[in-house]
Amino acid sequence: MSSEKGSEPLFSKKNKKLITDPLTDNNPVTIQVLGICSALAITVQVNQAIVMSLSVLFVIIMGNLIVSLLRNLIPSRIRIIVQLLVVASLVIIVDQVLAAFLPDLSSKLSVFVGLIITNCIIMGRLEAFAMANKPWPSILDGLGNGLGYGAILIIVAVFRELFGSGTLMGIPIFGNPLPGEESGLYAMGYQNNNMMILPPMALIITGIIIWVQRSRNKALIEEH
Amino acid sequence: MESTLDIFVKAIFSENMIFAYFLGMCSYLAVSKTVKTAVGLGAAVIFVLTVTVPVNYLLENYVLQEGALAWISEDYATLDLSFLAFIMFIAVVASIVQLVEMLVEKFAPALYGALGIFLPLIAVNCSILGGALFMQERQYSTILDATAFSLGSGIGWFIAIVAIAAIREKLRYSNVPGPLRGLGITFIVTGLMGIAFMSFMGIKYGKEVAEEEPATEVTTATTNQQLENK
Repeated sequence: MSSEKGSEPLFSKKNKKLITDPLTDNNPVTIQVLGICSALAITVQVNQAIVMSLSVLFVIIMGNLIVSLLRNLIPSRIRIIVQLLVVASLVIIVDQVLAAFLPDLSSKLSVFVGLIITNCIIMGRLEAFAMANKPWPSILDGLGNGLGYGAILIIVAVFRELFGSGTLMGIPIFGNPLPGEESGLYAMGYQNNNMMILPPMALIITGIIIWVQRSRNKALIEEH
Repeated sequence: MESTLDIFVKAIFSENMIFAYFLGMCSYLAVSKTVKTAVGLGAAVIFVLTVTVPVNYLLENYVLQEGALAWISEDYATLDLSFLAFIMFIAVVASIVQLVEMLVEKFAPALYGALGIFLPLIAVNCSILGGALFMQERQYSTILDATAFSLGSGIGWFIAIVAIAAIREKLRYSNVPGPLRGLGITFIVTGLMGIAFMSFMGIKYGKEVAEEEPATEVTTATTNQQLENK
């Protein structure tokens, strides 16, 4: 991958690609099919999605860095367990910080913070990239993949919160829906689509995002 | 309180790992191309979940919880180690998977041939760790309840992956729009199956039925609320 010469600039073309690729043509969620486990359950509100993306971003960057520093010391037979322990320790930090500073969101995210440990994006990047690359490209790879994951999460969350509850980050967009004191669109008979809040809609919206992305880039279409 | 049977049925249908919580989606999408491999992975998940959740239950109740160490001596009665839960659970899952793999290889080579390649994958399957974390969050009162929950979740996961594999085998002969082929249509079909599974939410469990789930509630918040109600 990255050349062994020390003279490579910090943001060479190759390194920039590490960040931009996962945002578009190699998105971890829609193309690599990683990290869907915890991605969809917490997209009901944009707030939750943002906190989740930041948590994953932190864990993936730090995890990539640590594993990349340790890559020559880890025996290959027990590498999965070592990687899991590194990730689990980082997730404990995230969980404790969230519980201390954002107790409301932390209780809403409940088990899904813990599930960052088994988030396939993190394990996948550790295994596929950090084990074979130097620390700096690994950090960039973590940054790119974390952002790619966050982007999908937030897009899905915007659709679900806007049409499901008529709000964005808790701020009403379409007016006041309370019966008797409706305002804005609700006064004209608009109704929230409760379907959007139910779990299956997250899957369907992600399916549609994949559809849009692949119809714009025909090279990504699968045979069957 | 819910009976053990309620917990079991609920874990299979209305709180299905895939359709209600999206746990284990990665392997669910990756290994559901044919029914045969799906059955293999599904069986391995049932097996590992049923073994790991009771072990983690003991760990949670006799080591990690606040005051759980009181059985050693009075001095330890105030210790709260629950912040270690993640790392302990994942260590238990990873080592049990390894152990199970070795035991199966030694004593049941035929089964190993069938499950072999799937077993190591399972350590990082979200549904296994998810099972342990839900067990911790819901605080089942006996180990029997925890086992019923884990067996039910495993069976629910098995049903989901075998069903989607069967549908994907049929989908190969249908005229799916190009960009939707493969991943996209699988997402949408899973969503539709999830909608079908939501009809199981109407099942009434136990004698005290107080589980009216308002449709506007956030799903993760609903589980918290149910906990508080009990």
